Amino acid sequence: MLAYFLKRLAMIVPVLFGLTVIVFLIMAMIPGDPATAILGAYATPENVERINRQLGLDRSLPEQYFIWLGNLLQGDFGRSYSLNRPVIDEVLERFNATLILAGASLVLCTVFGLVAGIVSAVRQFGWTDRIVTFFVLIGISMPSFWLGLLLILVFAVNLRWLPPSGMYAIYGGGGPLDLLSHLALPAITLAVVATGVIARLTRAAMLEVLRQDYIRTARAKGLSERRVIYRHAFKAALVSVIPVIGIQAGFVLGGAVYIETVFQWPGIGRMLVQAISTRDLLLVQGGVLVVAASYVLFNLLADMVQHMLDPRLKT
Amino acid sequence: MSTATDTAKPVEPIRKSGRPSFFALLVANRLAAFGLGLLVVIALAALLTPWLPLQPPDITNPANRLLRPLAEGHFLGTDQLGRDLLSRLMWGARVSIAVGLSATLVAAVVGSAIGLVAGYAGGRTDNFMMRGIDMLMAFPYILLALAIVAVLGPGLMNALYAIAVVNIPFFARNIRGVALSLAHREFVDAARLSGKGHLRVLLTEVLPNVLPVIVITMSTTVGWMILETAGLSFLGLGAQPPQADLGSMLGEGRKLLFTAPHVSIVPGLMIFALVMSINLVGDGIRDVLDPRLKSGALSRPAAATAVKREDVPAMPETPAKAALDVRDLRTEFRVGGDVYKAVGGVSFQLKERECLGLVGESGSGKSVTAMSLLGLVPTPPGRIAGGRVLYQGRDLLEASEADLRKLRGGAFAYVFQDPLSTLHPLFTVGDQVTEAIRAHQPLSYRDAWKRAVALLKMVRIPNAAERAGSYPHELSGGMRQRVSIAMALANDAEILIADEPTTALDVTVQAQILKLMDALQDDKGSALLFITHDFGVVSEICDRVAVMYAGRIVETGPTDEVLNAPAHPYTRKLIDCVPVLGEPERRLDAISGLPPAVNRLPEGCAFAERCPYAEAACREGEIALESLAPERAVRCIKPLKPEQSEAAQ
Repeated sequence: MLAYFLKRLAMIVPVLFGLTVIVFLIMAMIPGDPATAILGAYATPENVERINRQLGLDRSLPEQYFIWLGNLLQGDFGRSYSLNRPVIDEVLERFNATLILAGASLVLCTVFGLVAGIVSAVRQFGWTDRIVTFFVLIGISMPSFWLGLLLILVFAVNLRWLPPSGMYAIYGGGGPLDLLSHLALPAITLAVVATGVIARLTRAAMLEVLRQDYIRTARAKGLSERRVIYRHAFKAALVSVIPVIGIQAGFVLGGAVYIETVFQWPGIGRMLVQAISTRDLLLVQGGVLVVAASYVLFNLLADMVQHMLDPRLKT
Repeated sequence: MSTATDTAKPVEPIRKSGRPSFFALLVANRLAAFGLGLLVVIALAALLTPWLPLQPPDITNPANRLLRPLAEGHFLGTDQLGRDLLSRLMWGARVSIAVGLSATLVAAVVGSAIGLVAGYAGGRTDNFMMRGIDMLMAFPYILLALAIVAVLGPGLMNALYAIAVVNIPFFARNIRGVALSLAHREFVDAARLSGKGHLRVLLTEVLPNVLPVIVITMSTTVGWMILETAGLSFLGLGAQPPQADLGSMLGEGRKLLFTAPHVSIVPGLMIFALVMSINLVGDGIRDVLDPRLKSGALSRPAAATAVKREDVPAMPETPAKAALDVRDLRTEFRVGGDVYKAVGGVSFQLKERECLGLVGESGSGKSVTAMSLLGLVPTPPGRIAGGRVLYQGRDLLEASEADLRKLRGGAFAYVFQDPLSTLHPLFTVGDQVTEAIRAHQPLSYRDAWKRAVALLKMVRIPNAAERAGSYPHELSGGMRQRVSIAMALANDAEILIADEPTTALDVTVQAQILKLMDALQDDKGSALLFITHDFGVVSEICDRVAVMYAGRIVETGPTDEVLNAPAHPYTRKLIDCVPVLGEPERRLDAISGLPPAVNRLPEGCAFAERCPYAEAACREGEIALESLAPERAVRCIKPLKPEQSEAAQ
């Protein structure tokens, strides 16, 4: 297991490398000339050249990339001009909030997706199945940013059960209960689409597994139907659902951009949107890199779990 | 579905004479039809917007700001600048649909081109291009789009490009897979050899064949793309005022959420309806074009076979002196409108300590007979339609699920064919045997595990203690089958049912397993119902034999009598199929023809079509299983005489 883990860990190095290449290339696509942008239209050619040299723009693109990568590896993501502080500090601070939100959503969508999928498969064509299928259909077609607004209207404005926005109450806030009450709506909103996708796939996987010969063997052994479904069928279905949960982590991390904007959650998604409107590209670059890297790591985790469950994958 | 085909083949159900059209299938799916209807309405409204009697969408009227829906002159009310919401909604929907479709087209063209080239070229080009695509997919979906918009600057066109780029991988991957499989097919090679350039081969030979995949991918991604472009506009990164799409309307309306919620709810509802209708149609298209992927098309087998007996034989007054007494068992499969009578009235008795062989070709109903005994035939589509299964004076077909569960693996134990698929791949073999023990004996896990190891030793698995910790895929076929047998022996079953236990194994292992089963059966004193298609195996192990054909027993008797003097022509043919060592000149002819489909059994003898001795009388009326001698019976109006059957050898 440890050997496999190390091997897999080594395999993500080229992926992370590729991520930096793509981010670098996107940033290099910037239209116009940065020196002119900094100095204004009336800059002298000497000054433009000086700025270009300062920014390293007189070098070739690969050279620029490796200098940039070297800086990244030393934790130097540049300085955010709009916030006037190092990008890495801001990003890590914001990422913390995103991790809480995305983590809570992932737990919600995994638990509810699996449960709904299993129940739906077990009661196939019954009322429970129809109700689940109906909600799955609605869930995966729902614009999450709109759903967030609806939930705010119902639970924050009309019922006044939960706060409409933010991460902590401004006055006398703090503490886990306060966090939880602020977390509830955004986490649920963010989880809805992923729950639908996971439920759909779990249902299909369960139905597929329940037709297998080894399920007949389990029944022929005289096991209770409960044990057949929750031990034999569920474990086999889970193996094929786990990679999907890994992929959903990407949609949850990405969807956090909308949800954090709707609920004014002080996470990295909202930071990105603000950074784009202030054209603070270094901040955008840092945020994208950190979130993408965390997604890669999460997929590694999903892969490891799958390997632990399925002995056939051990090589 | 024309009348011409109906008259040509009156017997065939209409459904089979012509495949319904693509469109008919799509509409038959109620959800897809609903989605299609909704989509058509929205699309028509969006197309016709310029000609509809709507107020201009951009005329502000501060006097009428934030009117509620159903206000006079403004069906959906007005926004913060007094603009008519209904009009803005229609114009916004036009923009959103146009942008979503354009993004889909861009992604489809670029992604398909990458996929086609990568799949067609293969090798290093493929590797290089697909690694690049994998890199794009390593980003969380919307995040990459944000980075692109960040660089290009906010705006509807830039949002369109960004969303197109992040969807390219879906097309590239799907199309590459198909192109790869086509790249070396004969017609592509032929085109290349005829001197066409690579580009022409790609465009004229490969592209037309991947078009359906492109269409499916488009139909499943276009909803997403509309949603995501709306999302970017919602964040203020897409459409910029005064231009408005559904997303930017929602984004602007959000600021008024507390005072005038309708301004944001209305455009959101439109996005939702649009995306849902597209998803429904997309699912429908996928189900029609690729029925295998249809979500939930597979039905879940119930815990026990449904029993709906049309005729139930009377309970015998004095119970037979047999371990198991099966009377006129009937099992059917109902698929669509057809009824497949897999078991059409089977009766036999399994005596204590004997081994009864149930022999026949695949499809003769022997396995279904065995599965029916304890309700292991999957329902749907299977169901037991008649008969009794008597065990200790009880009819098992009347037993509750709980009672069946006690008997399964308890008094009755099964050994199945192909132990690779019948053992659970994710549990160790020791665990699976332990579980079988604990299902019927109140032992702790540790004690049961010890007993499991002892069982594995008994079926002669070397290093049983160590092997118990192995997973099925780590064992050889023979070892796996020994595990299945150990599992069947776990609770000292009275009746062992072995369904082709040696078929998946090679010959030497087969012999070992047979010897093992024979020895264990003698040792434990259980009765054995042995199902096989191989008379060679029967002669090794069975005391008596029952030959099945098309769901019925056609001959039964002691093994050596049947082997030496088969009375049914089918039995003789089946015996002829067994190769004998040292007799190479022996004809190994398979029986010509096919068994009849059990949903359309002919009248009279089901074997008549393939029987060399068949005559007119064979195709009339019901032919009974006639007794020839004590213990001997045959379902044939002119059974073979001993000299006839010997002449055959």
